[in-house]
Amino acid sequence: MTTAIKTDTALFDLALRMGDNALILAQRVGAWCGHAPALEEDIALANVALDLIGQAKMWLSLAGEIEGKGRSADDLAFLRDARQYRNALLVEQPNGDFAHTLMRQFLFDAWHHPMLVALKSSADKRVADIAGKAEKEARYHLERSEDLIIRLGDGTEESRQRMQTALGALYPFAGELSAADAVDADLAARKIAPDLGDIGKGCAAYLKGVFADATLNAPESAAVRKGGKQGLHSEHLGYILADMQFLQRAYPGATW
Amino acid sequence: MYAQMVKSTGERPKTLDEMAPDERAFQMRVDADIKIEPKEWMPEGYRKTLIRQISQHAHSEIVGQLPEGNWITRAPTLDRKAILIAKVQDEAGHGLYLYCAAETLGVSRDEMTEQLLAGKAKYSSIFNYPTLTWADIGAIGWLVDGAAIMNQVQLQKCSYGPYSRAMVRICKEESFHQRQGYDIMMKLCAGTAEQKAMAQDALDRWWHPSLMMFGPPDGDSVHSAQSMAWKIKPMSNDELRQKFVDQTVPQADYLGLKVPDPELKWNEARKGYDFGAIDWNEFHEVLKGNGPCNKERLEARQKAWDDGQWFRDGLMAHARKKNARKMAAE
Ligand SMILES: [Fe+2]
Ligand SMILES: [Fe+2]
Ligand SMILES: [Fe+2]
Repeated sequence: MTTAIKTDTALFDLALRMGDNALILAQRVGAWCGHAPALEEDIALANVALDLIGQAKMWLSLAGEIEGKGRSADDLAFLRDARQYRNALLVEQPNGDFAHTLMRQFLFDAWHHPMLVALKSSADKRVADIAGKAEKEARYHLERSEDLIIRLGDGTEESRQRMQTALGALYPFAGELSAADAVDADLAARKIAPDLGDIGKGCAAYLKGVFADATLNAPESAAVRKGGKQGLHSEHLGYILADMQFLQRAYPGATW
Repeated sequence: MYAQMVKSTGERPKTLDEMAPDERAFQMRVDADIKIEPKEWMPEGYRKTLIRQISQHAHSEIVGQLPEGNWITRAPTLDRKAILIAKVQDEAGHGLYLYCAAETLGVSRDEMTEQLLAGKAKYSSIFNYPTLTWADIGAIGWLVDGAAIMNQVQLQKCSYGPYSRAMVRICKEESFHQRQGYDIMMKLCAGTAEQKAMAQDALDRWWHPSLMMFGPPDGDSVHSAQSMAWKIKPMSNDELRQKFVDQTVPQADYLGLKVPDPELKWNEARKGYDFGAIDWNEFHEVLKGNGPCNKERLEARQKAWDDGQWFRDGLMAHARKKNARKMAAE
């Protein structure tokens, strides 16, 4: 990563993908504040959202630095349109009932944590530093998610049913996180990011074990839903951005 | 304030001579500023009044998440979003400590929640007003948390140990909230003309509701004397309101905003501000359920409770299964 005067677009994409995943998921999770099923959940979800916003800020700041056009993390968060967003489709899926929210979080955490562990040894020191900070938070998120998935899967008949429905709906979106494209292959070749196939394999084995404990069944042959990483999103993202970017769009150039 | 209309026994406080020995011993401890702890004997009226007061306070923290939570997805920068989430999270935490403090008096969190949802328990009138613009988030932090601090600082001296200790913890966080709210207002007032107008409009709408947070004028409050004798309400509504006005008007001046009260005037003799009459009709209407957002606030809490039933049941069922498996293995 030395004298490149041209933007390292693959690295820029990596920072956007990591940052946008964190930001869009935080946006979804943050909407629960005051509406969760128990006070303890209001507090726990706020913690997760706060961690993710902190991570989004680090990744998007790095993206701005790599791009070299003077865009700040806020510029990237609040002034890009949907086609420039690089998050996976999973994180933009609606909150649904609480089971959907928990399952979306679990599927994300199950990939996010090993991904961050691997990024700690990135050849790019800036990436490794951010991953080092984020990894501890992601491990805590994963522990919490796993615990809830097992308890609610193996809870009442209704809680099992709801978790199973959520799993059926969301599982098809999980594969995108580990599906490598040319950008990922380039980053892996340069040892900036891990081989996503390896992350995916580990992740799949881990999920299998947890779902067994939770008495849940992942769909056997679900077609992977993807496109977000390349900027081809579901219809949900436009509304998320309309909400999130409202003030920056309505009062251009104002500081807050 | 957060507990604006706490019914006490409705009777005038007894003199020491009129009291039975237990009660006299209790009152003497209170008079000597010795904290009352959960296991000690206490008059039934003291216990009941405290339950009402603490649970109203707790419900206010919980319902108070809603107007501000309304702007979490729309906060204008990443930092503002994080600060707002952290604030709303603190309020949930305050609710939690307060429910715990009330539980020491022999009432459960579930019972208190049911009373709130049934409309039997009150929460502060202030949370029945809508947050229409981003400036409302600034105004709430500045004014509403400011008024909350005014009330809670004196409650640190409350005679009931668990409540007093909860207040010490909570006050530290509330003062952060107030500074953060004021910081939003400063940014807006130093910003564009539109931003400054947004700030003024928020002050115009939140000023009087904030003054109402301290509850009705002292003359109208039949329940204060007993609460003051028990030291669960160290200062009167009017005293607190005056303190709040005196503290807040210079802060509005510093922002270059105008307090929406044509009768507001410095009184050199009293060293305090005189201010215009408050529309107590509006206050009573809001308490009765006729405020702009009463219905939405309670519906939101009811929905969270109803939609969360399966979740709470699921966790309980799992705990029972796990226990049964453990027993079987032993
Ligand atoms: Fe609070
Ligand atoms: Fe409070
Ligand atoms: Fe507060």
